[in-house]
Amino acid sequence: MMGLVRSRELWLALTVAAIALATATRAPGFAGAENLLGIFNNTAILMILALGQMTVILTRCIDLSMASNLALTGMIVALVNAAHPAIPVPLLMAMAALVGLCLGALNGALVWRLGIPAIVVTLGTLTIYRGAIFLIAGGQWVNADQMSPDFIQYTRLPFLGLPVLSWYAIVIAAGFFLLMTRTALGRSFYAVGVNPTASVYAGIDVGRTQFTAFCLSGALSGFCGYLWVSRYVIGSVEVARGYELTIVAACVIGGISIAGGVGTVAGALLGALFLGVVNSALPVINISPFWQMAISGAAIILAVILNARSDRRGGRLILRTAEPAQ
Amino acid sequence: MKDTSLTARHIPDRLDSPLRAALLSWPSLLLAVAIALFVLNALASPYFLSPWALSDATFNFTEKAIIALAMALLIISGEIDLSVASIIALASTMMGLALQFGVGTPGLVAIGLLTGAACGVFNGLLVTRLALPSIVVTIGTMSFFRGISYITLGDQAFKGYPPSFWYFGQGYVWWVISFEFALFLILAVLFYVLLHRTNFGRQIFVIGNNPVAARFSGVRVERVKFLLFCLTGLMSGVAAVLLTARLASTRPSIAVGWELEVVTMVVLGGVNILGGAGSIQGVVIAAFIMGLVTFGLGLLNVPGIVMSIFIGALLIAVIALPILVRRLRERLTR
Repeated sequence: MMGLVRSRELWLALTVAAIALATATRAPGFAGAENLLGIFNNTAILMILALGQMTVILTRCIDLSMASNLALTGMIVALVNAAHPAIPVPLLMAMAALVGLCLGALNGALVWRLGIPAIVVTLGTLTIYRGAIFLIAGGQWVNADQMSPDFIQYTRLPFLGLPVLSWYAIVIAAGFFLLMTRTALGRSFYAVGVNPTASVYAGIDVGRTQFTAFCLSGALSGFCGYLWVSRYVIGSVEVARGYELTIVAACVIGGISIAGGVGTVAGALLGALFLGVVNSALPVINISPFWQMAISGAAIILAVILNARSDRRGGRLILRTAEPAQ
Repeated sequence: MKDTSLTARHIPDRLDSPLRAALLSWPSLLLAVAIALFVLNALASPYFLSPWALSDATFNFTEKAIIALAMALLIISGEIDLSVASIIALASTMMGLALQFGVGTPGLVAIGLLTGAACGVFNGLLVTRLALPSIVVTIGTMSFFRGISYITLGDQAFKGYPPSFWYFGQGYVWWVISFEFALFLILAVLFYVLLHRTNFGRQIFVIGNNPVAARFSGVRVERVKFLLFCLTGLMSGVAAVLLTARLASTRPSIAVGWELEVVTMVVLGGVNILGGAGSIQGVVIAAFIMGLVTFGLGLLNVPGIVMSIFIGALLIAVIALPILVRRLRERLTR
């Protein structure tokens, strides 16, 4: 019981609910099922990305190239769809995940094989992948009229009352929950983050685990590339620009420690939902959308302060018994 | 993201001769790259070697390079500041606000610098007082500072800066040497002395290598880090003054994405992203390299986004190559 009261996820969930209810007092209907499901659907892509980022952060790395990977993969599948509308969309989705996986594997290989810090590697690939979009598309956009109807519909089709986009997020989240809590690989992500040295002695290949994390975040970014292009019906160089830090922000708000080893699937999902609820609440209560950025910034700062409180007292005990000074 | 490598450090019995060490040092290698780029540029475009073209080229990178000088110190100490571009936006917005109240050029400059320093103090307090990881704190303040700009300005812009203010971004001190470039050179010398010739500079390296040992050796770790955040904020304020004066306007989207370019410049300059190693010479040469790449490719009509591929690849290559060469050498000697 005390564990539940102390859990970050519960407090974060309550905060999200409180924001939704507070908004509902100003705008009736905000907390209605239909609107909440709409917000969930709008946040689905961010939730999937936050899960991928969480895996990487757990292993003491960071993936700043996710948004660029998403945009590049999205552009590739959009171009393929525009050129060959006959290719079935599920195949394109698999292709998106595969392309994303390769881009993620490149990050992972550089971190694993060459030991370059992840922040440097992904800072580099962030610009490389973004630039590659321009090269393959020749600076062109892919517009709605070039995409096949199926390509656009495969994020919108209703299934059991929810758009299928929401279901992708639900299924992936469930899969991640099983992966993180029920498999050896999931536990090794945590082990590597908590103590890499001990992990080696426990027989875990640290570099390989980090590589796997990058592959996962890459594949999810790639899959989200399709989702993004299909949902917003535009493929361009500017897709999701600057979004990499929003993904990190969702993780941080969700209580995932940037030092590695700490974080849960529920936390990542709630962190993303928090940003989603705040973003859709602002216009409803007549606050200019220009406030959005400052508010999410303040939320990040607050979240780190709250999360760090427990382990704030660093330092070490050097005198075992303290004696009062005379 | 720290200390994931479990390999022991190799300590040689005999050090290289000083000359050999100097020739093989990171700044020397960078300098060779810079010279090669310069020659390539000169061969590729007939317009490159004109003094005015070269002078124009410096405007591309001086503002970023000025921040990179301070960022280098911060990264050597084991911290990072991702909010620098947002500090530019906030400082520029504050100058624009002051302008609406009729503040003159000296006042504008003072407000820009003060806002920058104040943002640095804010970052520094959060990181050192509350013992928070700087990468997360500054991702937060990055949204927060620019967010305040957006709240103030929305989709508007501040214009109408007085011509006397333009000098900081558009003026020349002598012939083709712009005020910006001259300021950068002076600051580079000052930062060189600070990092490599003072006690304070040694403390930065000590902290970056081992903060615990530094604390037990009497280094006031928190205070040094706090001062470095203030310094980085102040340099972002300087960059804000220069950039605002150069553009003669303020929009909330000013300098978007610069934080990653500044970090790239610092890492390219041979500063260890994990802290503890680096030099100002390296950062200065890296600034020139990035300037040469963007300007040279610009003369060849390569679009900016394609240049970023070069910068990204350069960043990874310059770090990967020495590792690969070392491995190859180890394999050959074994």
